[in-house]
Amino acid sequence: MTAVADTCTDGRTLLDGGTSLGPAWDAAPAGPDPRLRVVGAALFAVTVVALHALPVLLPALGLAVAAAVAARLPARTTLRRLLAMDGFMVLALASLPFTVPGAPLTLAGVDLAPLSHAGTQQALVILVKANAVMLMTLALAGALGPVRLGRTLARLGAPDTLVHLLLFTVRYLDVLNREYRRLRTAMRARGFRAGANRHTWRSMGWLFGMLMVRSLERSERIAAAMRCRGFTGRFPALADGRPLTGRDRAMALAGAVAMMALAVADRLW
Amino acid sequence: MAHIPDGVLSMPVLAAGIAVSVAGCAYGLKRLHPDRIPQVGMLSAVFFVASLVHFPVGPSSVHLILNGLTGVALGWAAFPAILVALLLQAVLFGFGGLVVLGVNIMNMAVPAVLCGLAFRRVRRAFPGDTRVAVAAAGAAGAGGVLLTGLAVAASLALSGREFLTAAHLVVLTHLPVLVIEGAFTAAAVGLVLRVKPAVLDDPAPHSDEDEGEGAP
Repeated sequence: MTAVADTCTDGRTLLDGGTSLGPAWDAAPAGPDPRLRVVGAALFAVTVVALHALPVLLPALGLAVAAAVAARLPARTTLRRLLAMDGFMVLALASLPFTVPGAPLTLAGVDLAPLSHAGTQQALVILVKANAVMLMTLALAGALGPVRLGRTLARLGAPDTLVHLLLFTVRYLDVLNREYRRLRTAMRARGFRAGANRHTWRSMGWLFGMLMVRSLERSERIAAAMRCRGFTGRFPALADGRPLTGRDRAMALAGAVAMMALAVADRLW
Repeated sequence: MAHIPDGVLSMPVLAAGIAVSVAGCAYGLKRLHPDRIPQVGMLSAVFFVASLVHFPVGPSSVHLILNGLTGVALGWAAFPAILVALLLQAVLFGFGGLVVLGVNIMNMAVPAVLCGLAFRRVRRAFPGDTRVAVAAAGAAGAGGVLLTGLAVAASLALSGREFLTAAHLVVLTHLPVLVIEGAFTAAAVGLVLRVKPAVLDDPAPHSDEDEGEGAP
């Protein structure tokens, strides 16, 4: 039995040392305006989900790959995330060629009897859609980092309370992850080994119960400190930012044209 | 497991998810007094970290959903807290899609709020009885997972008959998580009740009177 992993590897970029929080507070982002990136990711997702034809989805996936390259997403991490797209995907898709009725799938003249052509086609469509949306989301919105994402949502009119909640969660993720690791190290020093048994589940429950208590005490101190500084329910500089430039508008137009083209091509197919 | 990616579900299911999530989050935010933001943000960070921990099961491992515990600790604020967690996971890690975010939030947050309300009701019926409260917490933890598994399965099954097999598999894979999460939640709540019971009381009465003052 493998030892319990401390966090899933994908958690690292957000949780380790807060590196992704570093420049996000005030550095001007490279590339198009953050608002365009977030809105663009959402519109791209809606467009792609509404498409039907595989030949139209492939250029959409190509656009997402181009965006990922332009955003300089780290290749290895991104590929791992694409491959790791929940076991869910495999479960849902593996059964489709068997459950969708239709003519049997033939591959290079060989009749693959229980697999239906329509089901295989549908599984491929879903796979391309999921990957295209995920790549574009990571490239446009994910590359902003969590803090800038929060500020961008505020500029786009998200409720202040929600944005504050997001920023607080992001702020303390790293702190709590480190506290969790410290407690886990202490448990390991006393000989604790995680297994599939009640003792493990109860011990981990106690660990996180303790983490809840400590973090609540910490949050009381934070709330008091914020009141001291005159917090009235919003951060004044939250929604500040530069206006759209001519270049931003041009990119927005290009993106809109590309998505319209995809939608029209899908109708005509 | 509860993160459905984009491209799978049908439009009516997606629309229903968005409607329920927007309404639930709006209500949760309306009830959330600005003074409680640090508390709720901190707890959602705890649950975020806890949901990344992998528990060994046979040759593989599972991670917890923790929506039962979120509901028990946060009540209606579980809705925006789960929104934040899923949004971060979708945008930064690529877990789950964007359009399907509404459905994913609904599938986790509705069970969370239901379990939280049921837990509070049990606590009010048996005031001061820690053993009943711990048992109720265990039931909330397991119930949150069960309801989420059923909701994910229903989202799939309602999107097309061809997903019925996948829907059955989804419910099956939630069963080990259900057992672990029940024990985990009971232990966590038991410890909190012993160390600092006030944490799990209903938020101070004044925060209900001036609800709606959230946005200045």
